[in-house]
Amino acid sequence: MSNIPYIIEERPDTGLNNSKLGVWIFLASEVMLFGGLFSAYVFLRLAAPEGDFDYWGAKLNVPMATFNTMLLITSSVTMVMSWASLKLNQFDKYKMYLGITILCAIGFLFVKYFEYTGKFHHGVYPSSSTFMGIYFTLTGLHVLHIIGGLVVLIYLWTRQADKMWKENPDLLANRIEVTGLYWHFVDLVWIFLFPILYLL
Amino acid sequence: MSSSHHHEETFFQKYIWSVDHKVIGIQYGVTSLLFLLFGFGLMAVMRYQLAYPETVIPIIGQWLFSESGGIMLPENYNTFGAMHGTIMIFLGVVPLAVGAFGNYLVPLQIGAPDMAFPKLNAASYWTYFVGGVVMMASFFTPEGAARSGWTSYPPLSIFESGQTMWLLSMIFLITSSLLGSMNIIVTIVQLRAPGLTWFKLPFFIWTQLVTSFLLVLAFPPLEAAAVLQLMDRIAGTSFFLPSGLVYAGSAVEAYGNGSPLLWQHLFWFLAHPEVYVLILPAIGIVGEILANNTRKPLWGYKSLVYAISFLGFMSFIVWAHHMFLTGMGQTMSAFFQLTTMIISIPSVVVLTAFFISLWGGSIRFNTPMLFALSFLPMFGIGGLTGLPLGVAASDIYLHDTYYVIGHFHYVVAPGTLFALFAGIYYWFPKITGRKLHEGMGKLHFFPSFLAMNGIFMPMFIQGLAGLSRRMYDGGQQYAHASDITHWNEFMTISAFILGLAQIPFILNIFITLSTKKSEDRNPWKSTTIEWSAPSPPLPHVNFESAVEVHRGPYEYSVPEKEEDFYPQTSP
Amino acid sequence: MSNESNHAIEHHIQTYIRVFIALGVLTVITVLVSFLEVSFIEAFFLAITIATIKGSLVLGFFMHLISERAAIIWILVATAVAFIILMFIPLISVTDSTGMY
Repeated sequence: MSNIPYIIEERPDTGLNNSKLGVWIFLASEVMLFGGLFSAYVFLRLAAPEGDFDYWGAKLNVPMATFNTMLLITSSVTMVMSWASLKLNQFDKYKMYLGITILCAIGFLFVKYFEYTGKFHHGVYPSSSTFMGIYFTLTGLHVLHIIGGLVVLIYLWTRQADKMWKENPDLLANRIEVTGLYWHFVDLVWIFLFPILYLL
Repeated sequence: MSSSHHHEETFFQKYIWSVDHKVIGIQYGVTSLLFLLFGFGLMAVMRYQLAYPETVIPIIGQWLFSESGGIMLPENYNTFGAMHGTIMIFLGVVPLAVGAFGNYLVPLQIGAPDMAFPKLNAASYWTYFVGGVVMMASFFTPEGAARSGWTSYPPLSIFESGQTMWLLSMIFLITSSLLGSMNIIVTIVQLRAPGLTWFKLPFFIWTQLVTSFLLVLAFPPLEAAAVLQLMDRIAGTSFFLPSGLVYAGSAVEAYGNGSPLLWQHLFWFLAHPEVYVLILPAIGIVGEILANNTRKPLWGYKSLVYAISFLGFMSFIVWAHHMFLTGMGQTMSAFFQLTTMIISIPSVVVLTAFFISLWGGSIRFNTPMLFALSFLPMFGIGGLTGLPLGVAASDIYLHDTYYVIGHFHYVVAPGTLFALFAGIYYWFPKITGRKLHEGMGKLHFFPSFLAMNGIFMPMFIQGLAGLSRRMYDGGQQYAHASDITHWNEFMTISAFILGLAQIPFILNIFITLSTKKSEDRNPWKSTTIEWSAPSPPLPHVNFESAVEVHRGPYEYSVPEKEEDFYPQTSP
Repeated sequence: MSNESNHAIEHHIQTYIRVFIALGVLTVITVLVSFLEVSFIEAFFLAITIATIKGSLVLGFFMHLISERAAIIWILVATAVAFIILMFIPLISVTDSTGMY
């Protein structure tokens, strides 16, 4: 509704606009969501016999996951670069950087697809062990978050973005900033997931 | 961006997918009241069984339990019990207290045109609606509805019927709650009218703010746990299944190495803050009504604000008092006992401040005030009976007995629910332009109050005698319960009186709605901002002109003024 | 943030590049460190420390927390506290118990 204040402009006493505050609160809830699963990981590791998690963890593909880590980190920097380009009025650069972000995300999904199908091919499923269960759940939830983010990123790359840039550039910048915050969070989760699942 | 109040809205835009917080608030309100009624119905059948075990349930028994000739079987009782709790909490009270009252009143009480994210608001209602449909649909599946308690403890919940739909529904309900509470926080922080500084906010707004923070931070771990339990049920994982389990005579085929305690920790991490979610909006409503009907400011406003903020923080570190019997060591038992004792302090501060608020007031005993006043001793009893449960030693005896059921029902039923009734009577004129009939209101109140005590007070007696909860025959088969099972009939009759007492309330609503609207937009002569809007407030903008706040929320009986109330927005 | 000059944003871009390189280096370090022969507890703390450094870089610079308003920081502090409670308290109550279940 256009009569809601502080959608884009900042409220003087809080220094925030609505979407920025909203997305940070949403991210806080996401921290707790993944936190619940991390807590489960710790519990299950303790409940498993000595060496059980090491045995099952060794079946994971570290090089693929490292590559994925680099993909996400790259997508994070291109995400923030696309926002910066928008602030500098460089719409073409915005599209370029956003495009690279999208490609990195799709790449991540492809790698995950190969990882998962590789596991299934060898008869390893979530039910195979508690480690595999929590591995598939944690990375699966993360994948769902990547897909959700990807949908928004693609939307902000289409004609809708061009239209918004012409009619209300500040709104587009705001949407990109907020989407970027979500995207960085998804990267952040992976930064912790990677060593915990693949390396420990 | 288009502003739809300039265009003609279709029926769909106006009443179904409305983004106006008032319409959404009413949607939440009507839906949740219907669920409350249904949850009450479940309990009524259970109470009949408890009073007259293994007899044919009258009228609806043959239809409900056709396979057993109208008799409630143990598994039916368990289903009704689990669904009663789930529906009352997640489909009834919280959507009413936060979704209905929160959505409708927060923008109005802060002088805003709507919530910060109107479309998200509509989305959160419809997600709740879908969750409700899934939950109700579970009754009609071949498996039937869930029957592992609202607490859904594994391993039972992994093998028992009906749990999958329950988990699916919870995922929708939790998502709805997260979206809604995020909206409330941003609205309160960002959309306060000019002049409305933090300590000029009505106490109700503070309670909604703390409640929303609890929901945002505490619900997600349960969503995570629900996903894990779903996977245990449908993907063959064993997150919650220890090794070596035998179920129904045969060994469970799962990897094992799981932890049932993990579920309990994740569940209670939410479910404890959840009980403060149940009580805080009610405390807020009572505060508003007490100030208004004593014609004086709330005593100790700042103490109240600090008390509920402290309560919110503490609510995150008390949860394992629900788990004293799980084999915790002394250190952790002592820790949780300590935090639980400490968390009782802010509740006492709240009750004390409310009682002192009455002192020297010009008390008006209208229906909202009757319900609000009765909240005080009822919540007092509920809170006091929580203390032996918070002390680990006595909890060892009282855990999972009727004492617990008495304790929490006192807080939620004649506690929260009475406060919500008070709120409905109080804000009905703002929402509809008409006051509910006082006589019928009192006819609703007095029998309800008596009946509530009739149902729940004997539960303490039963619990202290050692009667366990969740037993379909009310303890008939146990020698240690033989002295107190006679209370069951008394409690059941009280429950039916409580049901009958709701009839004047329901009739009152429909009859009042058919009367003419009043011209008086502030019939209670209240000071808070919502009363300066028309009744009902204008679609999408609420107020006729920009709101400016010049004083605190409870300027009643100000000495120099002619009227005994000085509204926040008066120049 | 939205009122910054072009010059300031160009300066930020240099920071983003530096952080990107740092993150890449830290990722390599994370993987290399995993080959060390240390106990599980040591490996855990090492991994979490490096991950926290990487995470702080993302939070501070990509998510602009380093120049963000107090309100946001406080919400995150509250979240961090809740997260730590969720992680550690169940753990302690399980390890300090009379039996595993």
